[in-house]
Amino acid sequence: MELIFKKLAQISASLLFVILAATTIVLYLSAKPAIQEFGAGFLFESRWGVEETKNVSEVVPNQELVVDGEDADDFMEDEDDFIDDEDFVTDDDTESETNDSEIIYGALVPIIGTIFSTLIAMLFSIPIAMGIAVFLSEIASATLAKPISIAIELLASIPSIIYGMWGLFYFGPFIADIFGGNTVSLLVAGLVLGVMVIPFMAALSRDAIGTVPDMLKESAYAMGATKLEVIKDVVFPYAKSGIIGSIILSFGRALGETMAVAFVIGGVYQFVGKVTDPTNSIPVVLANSFAESSGLSLSVLFYLALVLFVMSFMVIVVAKHYLLRRK
Amino acid sequence: MRLIMNRLFIIFSTLAAVVGLFFLGWILYTLCAKGLAGLSLQVFTHDLIDGGLRNVIVGQLIMSGVATIIGIPVGMMAGIYLQEYGGNSKLTEFIRDLSDVMMSAPSIVVGTFVYAIIVIPTGHTSGWAGVLALFILMVPIIVRTTDDMLKLVPIELREAGMAIGASKYHVTMNIVIRYAREGIMTGILLAFARVVGETAPLLYTSGSSEFWSTDLTSTFPSLTVSIYNLATMPDEEMVQLGWTGAFLLTAMVLIINLIGRYANNKQRR
Amino acid sequence: MNMKKILALGLLGLTIGTAAHAAKIEGTGSSFAYPAYKAWSKVYYDETDNQVNYTPTGSGSGIKEVIAGHVDFGGSDKPLKPKALRKHGLIMFPTAIGAITFAYNVEGVDNLRLSEAAISGIMLGKIKYWDDEPITRENAGASLPHKEILFVHRSDKSGTTFAFTYYLSKMNKEWRKKFGAKKVVEWPSKNRIAGKGNFGVATAIKSNAYSIGYVDYADAKKNGLDMAIIENREKAFIKPTPGSFEAAAVFADLDPKKDFYANIAYPPKGYPVVTATFALVPKDGKNSKEVIKFFEYALTKKNQLIEPVGYVPLPEAVIKKIQGYWVEKGLK
Repeated sequence: MELIFKKLAQISASLLFVILAATTIVLYLSAKPAIQEFGAGFLFESRWGVEETKNVSEVVPNQELVVDGEDADDFMEDEDDFIDDEDFVTDDDTESETNDSEIIYGALVPIIGTIFSTLIAMLFSIPIAMGIAVFLSEIASATLAKPISIAIELLASIPSIIYGMWGLFYFGPFIADIFGGNTVSLLVAGLVLGVMVIPFMAALSRDAIGTVPDMLKESAYAMGATKLEVIKDVVFPYAKSGIIGSIILSFGRALGETMAVAFVIGGVYQFVGKVTDPTNSIPVVLANSFAESSGLSLSVLFYLALVLFVMSFMVIVVAKHYLLRRK
Repeated sequence: MRLIMNRLFIIFSTLAAVVGLFFLGWILYTLCAKGLAGLSLQVFTHDLIDGGLRNVIVGQLIMSGVATIIGIPVGMMAGIYLQEYGGNSKLTEFIRDLSDVMMSAPSIVVGTFVYAIIVIPTGHTSGWAGVLALFILMVPIIVRTTDDMLKLVPIELREAGMAIGASKYHVTMNIVIRYAREGIMTGILLAFARVVGETAPLLYTSGSSEFWSTDLTSTFPSLTVSIYNLATMPDEEMVQLGWTGAFLLTAMVLIINLIGRYANNKQRR
Repeated sequence: MNMKKILALGLLGLTIGTAAHAAKIEGTGSSFAYPAYKAWSKVYYDETDNQVNYTPTGSGSGIKEVIAGHVDFGGSDKPLKPKALRKHGLIMFPTAIGAITFAYNVEGVDNLRLSEAAISGIMLGKIKYWDDEPITRENAGASLPHKEILFVHRSDKSGTTFAFTYYLSKMNKEWRKKFGAKKVVEWPSKNRIAGKGNFGVATAIKSNAYSIGYVDYADAKKNGLDMAIIENREKAFIKPTPGSFEAAAVFADLDPKKDFYANIAYPPKGYPVVTATFALVPKDGKNSKEVIKFFEYALTKKNQLIEPVGYVPLPEAVIKKIQGYWVEKGLK
């Protein structure tokens, strides 16, 4: 019994490793055709799903089509030669090799969109979340702080799809009224993400501030320091790593978020000229295009997923570095 | 000057708190206003095809529930290993790190992984694929909770158990786990609340169905995926149904959280 | 306590299972066809208990998923050539005819008239403002604002996009040379946003002022969007109405000998942007006969049901041909 129990525990623990390793390997293998096709240039290529013609494509002879009588005076003999016969080759990419044109995929637009929407979210949420954390731990009375803390923690658990819906129907139009532009844009996506991570970041930062010993604060107050000075010179330095950790964790959360962004980013593969333009992000591309892709275009999506996975992996490594070990 | 700065700072912090709470209040207000408007008995008695949400709510609960049932033993055993068997070795630390990495992996990436290993080989979306995706998201949370909760168990308890000659297995199951039971339960509840609201990993693993189904081997009804579909439809009635679904989902998540919180408080007392 | 409830619920779900009785069919694809298939599957379910779960993921998905064997049938507004059908072991038949409209959102402009020159200009990104000459020329009375035109298109691989660009290619030589007819286009217009599915586009038009986009009639109508009156091949300006679609649909050449392959946009008369929507069914899929049963029920018994939703039901003669086609393919 004892042995079985121990073995089971060991197996369960190693399962974590297995799942993580399998994820990495499966994503890599699925992405391999795309990696071989596009290499690292994929990360810097801005076109997506654009056909690049190597030669002038030939008109396929012996079309089974009958040219309609009324089309006889039309400008081309074979009326449908402009139809992109992509479906004929989609399922095996070997055939597309022999094709005259190749389709270029590049991740630059979604990568930039992901990073910028996350940065906007951080710019927006950090001051507010820090304000809330300071307010709860240092300014508000206990009777006020307690219910607000609970509310903040509950709000952190609201599913992200709710933030997305709210963004689409209420917040987007609101932002478009103020800043102009469309109701879906990089700006709206960033701000919705920001609102989404506020409770998460505020709760974590408040916990970090809560670890500051009262003694330290009280001695500072006793020396005549103001609240600002206590927070600036005592609380923040003491809780620094916890606060930075909370920001990085929020960054990671915003980076990989799908549903809050999918509704409001616009879903177009183009660089933003101004912040109110629509663009795209990696999770949104994955959410929108998976069902319709096959062969190389599917492999490209796995490549994109791998990129996102690596990005979020780097974020968590940095976060762990700051948080050192758990409290 | 110092005092003015101080005053400004206090005003700023308070204002930030007000702004933050304003947005969150705004969200909850819209959710209630729009959600309650469409709430009727029909929502619970009819399936999506007939303008209700019965099948998708049940479907979501089944998938999250099954993921939880599988996730509990695996997650708890791994947590027990870390605390009771692992000691402070490099390996334990490594597994803790892995668990944290998994916890922060984007949920859509988990969806792509499951798509590759289940949906592509079996040829279709299925409830089990959705269950697996939710399971992967859930396990690290349970591992962490168990790990943290067992850490709180006083070492004396374990020693006392050992002293009377009980095996490690007995000590762990009958003393340690019992001591940390409520904390772990709370963690599991919160983990359940977390996965029940997930959309991204289900989009192309479980898909969603408009019909009643309890057959996990085929495309499975999902509340969150349906909300996503409904909300982007131009049809007012459909959008309304989407809001009602969103309201119910949030209410469910918040209530589970409150229960967990209550249980946790009771234990601390 | 609560865990037990959750456990119980989960187990309950597992043990009940579905009693194997009625057929369950999975379909995916064209969002253009979704309102029609939804209407049909609802009555079919009510009357026969058979479930037809159709998810509107876009024609691109419809084609891919049915080829991959992930679903029992695929919906596509882009017909596959007979050669492609043979290669993938599929059969294809039309299920309805519908129209794509130019839906727009400009306050105070009710009956926007768009000439072919205006349409090509907007689509090629040459006309950038609502008060540019080719638009104002046909709309003398309307007060068109000096605002940038926001073009709304599809983000997914779409048969609606295909049918729409097919129309553009037939109508405009420059478009034909530069872009052709495709499910995904790199639109030349600079000021644009994308929506997923026809409803995504409709929703985006509704919520963004000064926008215009191509949306199927059913979705535009249901959503109360303004639809432009457009110039057709006869140089007449045609309002999108079921009548004008029908006038166009009579030119559809749907022939079972070539698996009904037909692109019917830009007909000599009637509303020019029309398309048939097709169902793709595997020749030897395990549920193929059930799929045919569903469509036979829909086309023979409930064909008129889709008219109020905004489609032109297929003519009797074509349905007869489709039934013959099924028999010939051994699926009936």
